[in-house]
Amino acid sequence: MAPPAQSHRSPSPSQPSGKGEVSDLKMQLRQLAGSRAPGTDDSKRDLFKKVISYMTIGIDVSSVFSEMVMCSATSDIILKKMCYLYVGNYAKYNPDLALLTINFLQRDCKDEDPMIRGLALRSLGSLRVPNLVEYLVGPLGSGLKDGNSYVRMVAAVGVLKLYHISVSTCIDADFPALLKHLMLNDPDAQVVANCLSALLEIWGLEASSSEEAARERETLISKPIIYYLLNRIKEFSEWAQCTVLELVSKYAPPDSNEIFDIMNLLEDRLQHANGAVVLATIKLFLQLTLSMTDVHQQVYERIKAPLLTLVSSGSPEQSYAVLSHLHLLVMRAPMWFASDYKHLYCQYNEPFYVKKMKLEMLTAVANESNTYEIVTELCEYAANVDIPIARESIRAVGKIALEQYDVNAIVDRLLQFLEMEKDYVTAETLVLVKDLLRKYPQWSHDCIAVIGNISSNNVQEPKAKAALIWMLGEYAQDMQDAPYALEGLIDDWDDETSPEVRLHLLTAVMKCFFRRPPETQKALGSALAAGLSDMHQDVHDRALFYYRLLQHNVSVANSVVNPTKQAVSVFADTQSSEIKDRIFDEFNSLSVLYQKPCYMFTDKEHQGPFAFSEELGNMSIGVDDQRVEANDEDHLLSTTRNEDSLPQQTQGSLLVSFDQTEPAHAQQTNSVIDDIFGLGLSSSPAPAPAPLLKLNAKAVLDPTTFQQKWRQLPVSTSQEVSISPQGVAAMTSAQALVRHMQLDSIHCIASGGQAPNFKLFFFAQKENEPSNFLVECIINLSTSKAQIKIKVDDETASQAFSALFQSALSTFGMT
Amino acid sequence: MISQFFVLSQRGDNIVFRDYRGDVQKGSAEIFFRKVKFWKEDGETEAPPVFNVDGVNYFHVKVVGLLFVATTRANVSPSLVLELLQRIARVTKDYLGILNEDSIRKNFVLVYELLDEVIDFGYVQTTSTEVLKSCVFNEPIMIDAAHMPPLGPAALFMQGNKRMPGTAVTKSVVANEPGGRRREEIFVDIIEKISLTFSSSGYILTSEIDGTIQMKSYLTGNPEIRLALNDDLNIGRGGRSVYDYGGSSGSGAVILDDCNFHESVHLDSFDVDRTLALVPPDGEFPVMNYRMTQEFKPPFRINTLIEEAGSLKAEVMLKVRAEFPQNITANTVVVQMPVPKYTSRVSFELESGAVGQVTDFKEPNKKIEWTLKKIVGGSEHTLRAKLTFAHESHGIITKEAGPVSMTFTIPMYNCSRLQVKYLQIAKKSKTYNPYRWVRYVTQANSYVARI
Repeated sequence: MAPPAQSHRSPSPSQPSGKGEVSDLKMQLRQLAGSRAPGTDDSKRDLFKKVISYMTIGIDVSSVFSEMVMCSATSDIILKKMCYLYVGNYAKYNPDLALLTINFLQRDCKDEDPMIRGLALRSLGSLRVPNLVEYLVGPLGSGLKDGNSYVRMVAAVGVLKLYHISVSTCIDADFPALLKHLMLNDPDAQVVANCLSALLEIWGLEASSSEEAARERETLISKPIIYYLLNRIKEFSEWAQCTVLELVSKYAPPDSNEIFDIMNLLEDRLQHANGAVVLATIKLFLQLTLSMTDVHQQVYERIKAPLLTLVSSGSPEQSYAVLSHLHLLVMRAPMWFASDYKHLYCQYNEPFYVKKMKLEMLTAVANESNTYEIVTELCEYAANVDIPIARESIRAVGKIALEQYDVNAIVDRLLQFLEMEKDYVTAETLVLVKDLLRKYPQWSHDCIAVIGNISSNNVQEPKAKAALIWMLGEYAQDMQDAPYALEGLIDDWDDETSPEVRLHLLTAVMKCFFRRPPETQKALGSALAAGLSDMHQDVHDRALFYYRLLQHNVSVANSVVNPTKQAVSVFADTQSSEIKDRIFDEFNSLSVLYQKPCYMFTDKEHQGPFAFSEELGNMSIGVDDQRVEANDEDHLLSTTRNEDSLPQQTQGSLLVSFDQTEPAHAQQTNSVIDDIFGLGLSSSPAPAPAPLLKLNAKAVLDPTTFQQKWRQLPVSTSQEVSISPQGVAAMTSAQALVRHMQLDSIHCIASGGQAPNFKLFFFAQKENEPSNFLVECIINLSTSKAQIKIKVDDETASQAFSALFQSALSTFGMT
Repeated sequence: MISQFFVLSQRGDNIVFRDYRGDVQKGSAEIFFRKVKFWKEDGETEAPPVFNVDGVNYFHVKVVGLLFVATTRANVSPSLVLELLQRIARVTKDYLGILNEDSIRKNFVLVYELLDEVIDFGYVQTTSTEVLKSCVFNEPIMIDAAHMPPLGPAALFMQGNKRMPGTAVTKSVVANEPGGRRREEIFVDIIEKISLTFSSSGYILTSEIDGTIQMKSYLTGNPEIRLALNDDLNIGRGGRSVYDYGGSSGSGAVILDDCNFHESVHLDSFDVDRTLALVPPDGEFPVMNYRMTQEFKPPFRINTLIEEAGSLKAEVMLKVRAEFPQNITANTVVVQMPVPKYTSRVSFELESGAVGQVTDFKEPNKKIEWTLKKIVGGSEHTLRAKLTFAHESHGIITKEAGPVSMTFTIPMYNCSRLQVKYLQIAKKSKTYNPYRWVRYVTQANSYVARI
């Protein structure tokens, strides 16, 4: 209903400003209130209409409340309806006046016309005034038993309204039990549906506090109720069918015959013109067959055509919703759509968000047999006048190249993009060529020839510029002009606004220096000088780091900036598989459109009656968060999002390699690095004796495995440790500790909580064997204590790890 | 469950605003409108139909230039809400005859009455015009259709409704006609939307027909109706039908990839004689949606030639040939082609004796646009355009221009050859003989020729 007067929209000429008109109305209503003259109802109708139209445009007409109520003594149903609408809108803000309406509403609840009984009951429930609930209980009770289905339908929803006004009144009157009885016995399908919706909401919300409600909620997905609802499925309206299908998707049939029975029964729902019914059915089919691989596969085949029909038959908005689901399934099982890729081609008049989804799907379904066609199509888009789509298309081509074995042709196409001489095409392509070279170093020769011809003046976008600079550094020996190109860029140092580019420049000139020292020496000198006086902290620090490294030992410096690189085999996925599974479980909901599980955008009470909540799930997934952050800081190697080397890990691996190659310098190097990262270990109390245990800096563990292991393994160590006052001070967020622990190759997989209580899960792996350490760490800042639980694959290493973990924790915040 | 429903005008005014659950703040309509109007996220300038602001999910569909919006805090099925919004628009249209800002403003009390019955406390109760009739009492105030601007096919696209135009029918399902009697009639429209892409060498790269059989019934007493389609209609490519007919795609059979049906449709005899039986509910509804990727004869062929004429000039020749029978005429055809960004001037040359053709150079988005009022089947039309560039082109000119796209409407023509062979109405008496209208129309959805 209309927002009462708070809205401040400037009134347009056609919309009256309010005051005068409202008092006029008040007068006229008062005159009519007692009148019994013929035609009164017609005049009342006109006045009521005026009131409601003011209400809609946001004028406060609450001052005519008593007049409206006085005029409501009528048998004219249209007048009544307008009056109910008005009362429902203003009662909440005028509880005293609302009391005036109780009388006539209660009287109407006993009217002989069922329509009026229903309407009055609906309005009574919509008053939303807590101290009037006592007047609601009686009419609701008789409404649920009314002979007319319309009234029962209204009463069932009325119970839910009452619950939201006063939980205790609703429960005390035993309304849920009445609803359940009605749900199982009422001949009218809409009454059944309303009872079901109300019960799902009530028991869903009660379940956390009442065991009985939790039990009742579970009985809703018990066999008798599920079968009762399924047998009546065709009596329900299409909307109620959706509710029932959603409920059935929570039911786990004990054997496969039952699964087939249900699927056969609902098979024709896939041909429904209402997309919501089809998607609800698809969800049910997918959930039922999760454990039956073959049938699951068949379901995928079966739903393909209905999904495509929905995508093309509805309004653009509906197409979008269905396409998002198709997107989810395609990304989950790309093979499934590999031969239907043509359906994913973009149409010129589609909005950007649709095209973008289609491009992602095309990228995913590309395989050996269709790559040629798909890439050809994508190249068409790349030449498109629509710049955002052109960019996305180029990225898509690049991603396909990274996935495919036969990149030959694709590399040629990418290089052709560079010849198009459009700034944005060149920019996107450069970023991709860089990624390609990291995966397929063998292509360097072909690429370098073309890249060498690109003038850095034509490249302005930071990401692209950084990519070009990276290549200049990495392939300095193959590119004739590399030192001079870099020199030119360093001359413009002060004009370079992007710190990312400046960081890359430092690294590239270092690399170049070791390969072609005489030509680069001057450039390196000016780069370091410029870097040392740079205002950006990271740039300054890196310049200082290189400077000291060179001072310390030139060959060590070389091994740091030019280590033997392994080709990147797989670029990490941006989303963990746990999150993807979660979204899949929430099929046919907003989670699919937002590509996020619902706990990320919905508060707890709105997650639905069967919300999936598990310990790990409720916390932010550490891996993911870090990755996003990593991208912001990750200047050393990468400019793309899908990066597998986190900066912290990179630092970790540097440490390790020093240890291995030149043990004599280890201590010193440590302190240099510590210095640079501002850790100042030397000034802190002597750290715990160096642990013998070596951890893998690049350890990987997916959350699902973590969860499994955590469940299976026994607790090996459990103790309470103190946190230093500095540590307490530094613990502004869980992330701070996560970053610190990572320096010791202890990775966080999930973290949550707010000061003063945090909970974090860590894992670590042994350097050269797949032996895992899992840690649960509960921190209470107010007591400065941390509860640590450690579980290990290899019990013998438990002691060493525990010591290492505690020493890492003890240095937290020591700056 | 839905918290609020509202309809906003293009300027953002509340035309109708209904709060069902009171758990979303009152200013939501303004928050929504501002967000949609100034959308800018991930480089997109157009808001998606669903988005989340501070925990509130906003759904919207655009209908006749109005925004139909729902809000909720719960993680609901987006298809359900978007479908519901469309359905509310359709039910409102059934009642008001014509759906636009004016008709809603004049009838807002009726609309509130509908909304009260359609949704209760956020849960959908019914969207059937039929059921609603029994509990909605306001009489619609009709607005005069003659004062409406004519809806060209371009306008139809603006409405974002792929299955227009049954719009010749602007009668309310409840209002009586001036004479007090209702005319007994039923409309069946077969509406097909074509998506087709020609490669630069003129081959068809992809093609699809998305069709709807739409029905609008004004029959009293809801008699049963039988709708017979082609005998040789097959459903499911690569399914059993292909084996049955031994690769029959050349033999003239109509093969649909897939289709779906309205709830009221009984398919009992569909497998035997391709007949749909239904008791049509009141109001407008799709009986059947179908999709076809079987090859078909494209209604138009497009030829494009671009030649550079010196460093600062180029000449474009566009040729459109209508490949449908002479007794058919396409309406309001628009051909568009983006030209290089650095084009500064365009001069056009139409064929001699051209009637009802307009050319335009859309300077801001660098497109040439050629509008033809009518194209008779079998005819061919040519446009020459001379482009003048602001500076020399660097690359290949064909990479800087195109593709050519086309929109059109062809009444009484359908590419799929799907037909309604007969429309049988269960007779109430011998004299009962209602009007039956079966109409075909083909429209371009995405009709593109690459150059």
